[in-house]
Amino acid sequence: MLKSLNKTLLGAALIGVSFASHALAETTINALFMAQAAYSEADVRAMTDAFTKANPDVKVNLEFVPYEGLHDKTVLAQGSGGGYDVVLFDVIWPAEYATNKVLVDVSSRMSDDTKKNVLPGAWTTVQYDGKYYGMPWILDTKYLFYNKEILEKAGIKTPPKTWDELNEQAKTIKDKGLLATPIAWSWSQAEAAICDYATLVSAYKGDFIKDGKPDFQTGGGLDALKYMVTSYKSGLTNPNSKEFLEEDVRKVFENGDAAFALNWTYMYNMANDPKDSKVAGKVGVVPAPGVAGKSDASAVNGSMGLGITSASKHPDEAWKYISFMTSQATQNQYAKLSLPIWASSYSDPAVTKGQEELIAAAKVGLAAMYPRPTTPKYQELSTALQQAIQESLLGQSSPEDALKSAAQNSGL
Amino acid sequence: MSGTSMTTRAWFLMLPLLVVMVAVIGWPLVDTVGLSFTDAKLVGTGGNFVGIDNYAKMLANSNFQRTLITTAWFAIVSVAAEMVLGVLAALLLNQDFKGRGVLRALMILPWALPTVVNATLWRLIYNPEYGALNAALTQLGLLDAYRSWLGEPGTALTALIVADCWKNFPLVALIALAALQAVPRDITAASLVDGAGPFKRFRFVILPYLVGPLMVALVLRTIEAFKVFDIIWVMTRGGPANSTRTLSILVYQEAFSFQRAGSGASLALIVTLLVTVLAAAYAALVRKTAGSAT
Repeated sequence: MLKSLNKTLLGAALIGVSFASHALAETTINALFMAQAAYSEADVRAMTDAFTKANPDVKVNLEFVPYEGLHDKTVLAQGSGGGYDVVLFDVIWPAEYATNKVLVDVSSRMSDDTKKNVLPGAWTTVQYDGKYYGMPWILDTKYLFYNKEILEKAGIKTPPKTWDELNEQAKTIKDKGLLATPIAWSWSQAEAAICDYATLVSAYKGDFIKDGKPDFQTGGGLDALKYMVTSYKSGLTNPNSKEFLEEDVRKVFENGDAAFALNWTYMYNMANDPKDSKVAGKVGVVPAPGVAGKSDASAVNGSMGLGITSASKHPDEAWKYISFMTSQATQNQYAKLSLPIWASSYSDPAVTKGQEELIAAAKVGLAAMYPRPTTPKYQELSTALQQAIQESLLGQSSPEDALKSAAQNSGL
Repeated sequence: MSGTSMTTRAWFLMLPLLVVMVAVIGWPLVDTVGLSFTDAKLVGTGGNFVGIDNYAKMLANSNFQRTLITTAWFAIVSVAAEMVLGVLAALLLNQDFKGRGVLRALMILPWALPTVVNATLWRLIYNPEYGALNAALTQLGLLDAYRSWLGEPGTALTALIVADCWKNFPLVALIALAALQAVPRDITAASLVDGAGPFKRFRFVILPYLVGPLMVALVLRTIEAFKVFDIIWVMTRGGPANSTRTLSILVYQEAFSFQRAGSGASLALIVTLLVTVLAAAYAALVRKTAGSAT
């Protein structure tokens, strides 16, 4: 008796629930983001709240993972039948995601106005084989940050324009006893190391891949690794760089323990925040240097985009959400941690005010953004290169040999 | 109740468990075996049959061989250290002294912490710029400059082993302590009267009671150590220069990062086979020692 009563109640409750959700016609979409750099988790939540206020019929479930887990989590969810409607993806993944049908081709949803008004360089973030697989969202490249106070004490008037100049200035700082190891990089066995390496490859005008075959083992690719090894062995580079990720670089720089550091946009405003940073107000930023006779500046494309997964059952709502998140209004409002993708934003005083130096560096850096190779085998190539970089730094093999075996293990 | 009806009843009671085991272990295992003979990708089509190609390639791969050695070294050293530390801690905590209860509870803490928390904690301790280990060693005058513990191939694996021991020796200690409580007081008292020193007492009076339970701890820890993944993933991701890459990390990279599900499955099965052989060898050893003890 009691049992059947329970059953009836349960049934009634279930019917009630299903009616309720129909009555509101509410759709829930799941979105996967990253928990670091660029926009903070709080910012993404605030943007999403603004979206749901404007679209009460769409509910957004947010999930945040570290960058290191973003790719594998996306692929795993897809392999097990979906879960996410919207995913954040790095510039290096569209080729793989498109080939394996993880992301949906959204070319037909893209308006001509959007295509015209977004910075041309930003589009390389989401394109593969001429098709669009999402909207660029975080526009980013690595800049050279410097500590103005230390440079002044060392009698250096202008920050370095070439990588050789960087070494000379670092040597002056070291010789004057201001810092034992003036330069900080993120050379841990991770993608971060490839971003620093790619910046140097762009300065030396090298190639990752030519005609489908690895081409980094000679020319500019080899010069870039040689530069890293020389800088490391000379003692000008902080030797702990080989276990640093970007956040470690930021902490060392904010503690005043580095005169120079290569890092993403987000470090500028964080290092200038007196709550966190001992060097607030002394942070200088310029485009990453070039190589005399080869390039004026260097930059790696470290942008990220938002796309719709092919497993999504609500692509229309997902696109609505992506459009909101990447809109010029939203991006201008949060321009302190990540610069907008929209060209006209850079002449908007509301965006540029208080970060004129960064905007000036961005104008050069964003125009010079060098892509890491677009290949479905990217993860394999990157893993092989990470190993080559670390083996060379540790002196286990010469840059030539390390890159040669990386080329063999790259899966290409 | 007769023997046969007892057997029937036992099987009947076990049935739900068997069904669940077949569903969650048996079927995926069969599926994995099938997958390991194909060149399937993680997403997309099922892949083609390639025979034992995946196995042959994997076993001949120098990365695999190097990783196997790293894993074996990690397992042997960390488990040996955990066993010694665990028994010593248990002997200490078995003594009568004030605050023993608090100390026993405290000792369990590292084991109760999630591995990821433990790993993050140790990453901070080893931090080359601000880590507690560098600070302590320089202040004691044992080190003249800060070192990069996780950034040097020479120290990274050892640093990981220390972190793993810190987390896992309490389990061994717990098992040993429970066994020690079973040693009859009158026997230890009698050995004292007979004039046995602490070493002799441990070897001939206490150890026989410990062997069985310690064997269980040894099997558990060895299997776990062979499968180690999370602590390494959080602390070094296999670096520097792959010097701390273990078999589980290789499986993960192969199957998920590179999306080669077939090849990853073959590697996972090789690891499973290794662990099974180890467990069987231990089981035989347990039977032998248990047999000789009685």
